[in-house]
Amino acid sequence: MPDLLARLRAGETLVADGAMGSMVMARGLEPGACPEALNLSRPELLEEIARLYVEAGADLVQTNSFGGSPAKLQRYGLEPRCEEVNRAAAAAARRAAKERALVYGSCGPCGRLLKPVGDAEPDEVRDGYLRQMRALVAEGVDALCVETMTDLAEATLAIEAAREAAAEAGREVPVLATMTFDRTRRGYFTIMGVDIAAAAAGLARAGADVIGSNCGNGSDNMVEIAREFRDRSSLPLLIQPNAGLPRLEGGKAVYAESPEYMAERAQKLLVLGVAIVGGCCGTTPEHTRALRRLVSSSGAGQAG
Amino acid sequence: MEILKRIAAELERGHDQQVGQLTREALAAGAAPKQVLDDGLIAGMNVVGEKFRVHEIFLPDVLLAARAMYAGMDVVKPLLLEEEVPVAGKAVLGTVQGDLHDIGKNLVGIMLKGAGFEVIDLGNDVSPERFVAAAEEHGAPVIGMSALLTTTMPVMKKVVDLVRQKGLAGRIKTIVGGAPLSADYAREIGADAYGYDGVSAVERIKALAGGGAGG
Repeated sequence: MPDLLARLRAGETLVADGAMGSMVMARGLEPGACPEALNLSRPELLEEIARLYVEAGADLVQTNSFGGSPAKLQRYGLEPRCEEVNRAAAAAARRAAKERALVYGSCGPCGRLLKPVGDAEPDEVRDGYLRQMRALVAEGVDALCVETMTDLAEATLAIEAAREAAAEAGREVPVLATMTFDRTRRGYFTIMGVDIAAAAAGLARAGADVIGSNCGNGSDNMVEIAREFRDRSSLPLLIQPNAGLPRLEGGKAVYAESPEYMAERAQKLLVLGVAIVGGCCGTTPEHTRALRRLVSSSGAGQAG
Repeated sequence: MEILKRIAAELERGHDQQVGQLTREALAAGAAPKQVLDDGLIAGMNVVGEKFRVHEIFLPDVLLAARAMYAGMDVVKPLLLEEEVPVAGKAVLGTVQGDLHDIGKNLVGIMLKGAGFEVIDLGNDVSPERFVAAAEEHGAPVIGMSALLTTTMPVMKKVVDLVRQKGLAGRIKTIVGGAPLSADYAREIGADAYGYDGVSAVERIKALAGGGAGG
């Protein structure tokens, strides 16, 4: 299978998978338990989820390693097993993907604020990410994805760590980087005050190959966010909306946006030339299937 | 007093050393501790809260301002205790079980303290039992819960249910907040109020602690 960047360069639009958190909860993860602990205790669940997304037509499936940085794992006492946790995440996704999909390694915020606002030293944060990235790369991920970032400085450290891990391994591992924005009356900003212009410039400068936004917004806002990224950057874009905001039904979080609604909005993303469309919180394999149908029927995806 | 305005202005800029120094100067010049608190520190923090609410400033600015407020509070607090200034109310705060994201909860705590509340901050990863036990123990009429994750927000319902089971509904009110939350969600789980942001959370908590209805 051609690698990610080659496919993007060839002009193919790719479909990324949907949510992980809500899928593992539907399989009995207790509210509040560490999702990454499942990598060690129930890897077959993760393989099953990834397989459902592959079967729904995802070109890219994610590892269950969003909270796999040592700083995050430490809060559950799993920090010493950081390598194991991340390798198991990558292995499960790869077993499901086989040769049918690419695997991208998820890496979310470390949960600590950098100095001077917080007490985290940049080197410490970067070294933590490096441990996580090395483990994901060692287990053969096709790309790394720094996501849900709100602080450009932290995102930069994570992207640099990803680059370093890839260079050490001596192979090309593209780096995807997305940030999470809030809609304000002055435009879109992350909670740390990063606007889309600063994000587009900063993520590219840090060395990301693909940039964009995930989480925090439903499809309508994401179309606006994508448009602004498009105006600011010529890099390939990755856009992953939530299925709206959750509401509770019978004790379970239910998301408002149907697969059909999301696919209809995603049409606008394709018009904007977004390279990879996927879903974040609340999206399911049905959303992926709808996005797959859209991309295939638009002729922008891979034939078949 | 001019110096109180300067305290507020330096606080807004997040200058903790200046705020501490000016607070000492104001007290030495004879300002009443309560006045320094209200017209200096709280006045400054209110401006910060409002600017944050309308996205003129962002989280880093608020956290630096909060640090500056604490620098002033550390000076004023011992004197306030001597004066026995009545507290505006009590509230128990925490991030729900399994969730370790405490920034939003801390902001609400800072602003509540600024509003004269006694805050019992249980930290993060707080079980429903601990929330309710703390509210009972401290006689706090409000439990404020925060969650950032869609995987942890169902814990909020457990807290609301536990308050009811123990027959404390009405006496202990609940308010929820956090990025994935909504007013609808708060209503569905039976919480008494929803805090859209820090400023609205403080307003609602004031109303709840005063026996008023939430929103």
